[in-house]
Amino acid sequence: MQAWRQAGFWLPLMIVFLWGLAVLLIRQDTARETAFTLLMCVGLASSLNILLGYTGYVSFGHIVFFGLGGYTGFYFLSQHNWSLLASSLAGGVLSAGLAGLVGLAVLRLRGAYFALATIGINEAARAFVSNFEPFGGATGLFVNFSAYEQYGGAGPALWTAFTFLWVSTLAVLATSFLVKHSRFGLGLMAIREDEDAAMVMGVKAPQAKTIAYVISAFFPGIIGTLYFFKNGNVEPGDAFQLHMSIESLVMVMLGGQGTVLGPMVGAITYQGLRGYLLTSPIFKSLHLAVAGLILLLIVLFVPAGAVGWVRGRFPRWRRVLE
Amino acid sequence: MLAQLLPSLTDGLLLGFVYGVAAMGLSLIWGVMTVINLSHGPVIALGMFATYLLFTHLGVNPYLALVAVAAFGMLLGFLIYGVAVHRVLNAPHLSTLLATFAVNMIIIGVGTAVFTTSPHNIDFPLGSWEIGPLTLPATRLVATLGAVVITGALYLFLYFTRPGKAIRAVANNRQAAELMGIPSARILALSFGLGTMLAAVSGGLIATFFPFTILSGGPYELKSFVICVLGGLGNPLGALLGGLLLGGLEGLIPTFMPVSWVPVVEFGLFVLVLLVRPSGLLGAK
Repeated sequence: MQAWRQAGFWLPLMIVFLWGLAVLLIRQDTARETAFTLLMCVGLASSLNILLGYTGYVSFGHIVFFGLGGYTGFYFLSQHNWSLLASSLAGGVLSAGLAGLVGLAVLRLRGAYFALATIGINEAARAFVSNFEPFGGATGLFVNFSAYEQYGGAGPALWTAFTFLWVSTLAVLATSFLVKHSRFGLGLMAIREDEDAAMVMGVKAPQAKTIAYVISAFFPGIIGTLYFFKNGNVEPGDAFQLHMSIESLVMVMLGGQGTVLGPMVGAITYQGLRGYLLTSPIFKSLHLAVAGLILLLIVLFVPAGAVGWVRGRFPRWRRVLE
Repeated sequence: MLAQLLPSLTDGLLLGFVYGVAAMGLSLIWGVMTVINLSHGPVIALGMFATYLLFTHLGVNPYLALVAVAAFGMLLGFLIYGVAVHRVLNAPHLSTLLATFAVNMIIIGVGTAVFTTSPHNIDFPLGSWEIGPLTLPATRLVATLGAVVITGALYLFLYFTRPGKAIRAVANNRQAAELMGIPSARILALSFGLGTMLAAVSGGLIATFFPFTILSGGPYELKSFVICVLGGLGNPLGALLGGLLLGGLEGLIPTFMPVSWVPVVEFGLFVLVLLVRPSGLLGAK
């Protein structure tokens, strides 16, 4: 089965590719900002899905990789004048390396114990970074305005950041598909269904889980660096928001966990909904409650998510909606 | 050093009792149905606001109001269990985590709309006692006493009454308990109600000495996780000891390093205990 022959591989990629291309051609600042937020959510939700959807391990603190990777990348960018490419890769590599170390220990825990440990790691990392002087402590770091000059000023730098994010999102989606359709991915899904049985059948569960964790941590590190580069500053409160972790979980659930297209659909739907609720006069003050209600209804009645539901209902569409 | 250590440690320990009550609710729910109740924090905040409303609008003594808050917490627990938890009890962990988190979002959302996020406080000073070098605010002492009484009552309930024994039986083995004629759905609802009741009461106690907002439950929820793991997940009585341990640490650490390092140590210890002894320092129940 070659990936490039399958419709399910190309569908999410083409959507993001054409979308990003359109934004780059229109060259409008508002369109870019909207697309930046949405693509960031797509990237974060899809990388979380590699762990959550395929392996079945709930990481409540996945944003820690976004935060720590973003901090590292931003540190090299602002303090050592690294280029955006090098520093975002550094952020990704640090996140991935950390996930490897942490994963070897924490992934021995199963189910709710693992979920609790990830919350603990996120809070510990936030508290640690607030006290860590090289990262600026509680006030965080700022990018020197002159750093934008190598990209032709602050305006074009934002477009560079967007292009980088666009490429990273494409990479996440492609990785997600390739993982799902590899032997390795099958092993992960076996772990999700029954870890003990999978081990008996020869799946090396500890390694497989750790690799999945590493992959799902690599991309948030890159995305974090790009996001903070765009913002121009980074501080602990922004970088480790527990609710962002949970929002990505909601996006994955909304679209359908364990599918390639699902997290993307979920991220776009959730952000669209949030935007609508925040601006509508009736729901403005109640947007969080409405979002909670929708989440509750999904969990109770459509646990497979939108894409999962369609796949279950219309088997013929399965080849297209991976 | 010692002059600083003693008051700080006492303060921490007294707070620890109240933390313990909050964590007891979380631990009880985990022990009976292996559900991590992510709506715990907002329920604590609702307990604070219920006490506040009864005190400022009806002039009820805040400690008397706790009785009403307890009843309210119990009913709220029945409601949350019936609407959000019962249906997904046997589904994978993700479902119960997300369902209770959805309840969390709903409560915070409605609460923010109603109460805004500006701080409130209950102005009910009881003076303070001086014992040697220590100055103890009486509200803290009363809260500590309340925590001890609540723990004692919970122990008596779980070990010497029929519904309490049924709760322990369901926690031990739900199917076997059902075969013995215990209506497990009702017992599960009762346990969830007890858990949220403890959360609401602890909120009421905290409200008597700290100002609070609708978001204030969050930090106590996180502390409750740490305490539950220290005291043994699912061991409600161990939670009080876990609370004392955490309170003691919070009192002890600031004398050795800056206060801002406290969460690093707390959550670091939390992850470490989870890794080394997932059943908790004091053993699971």
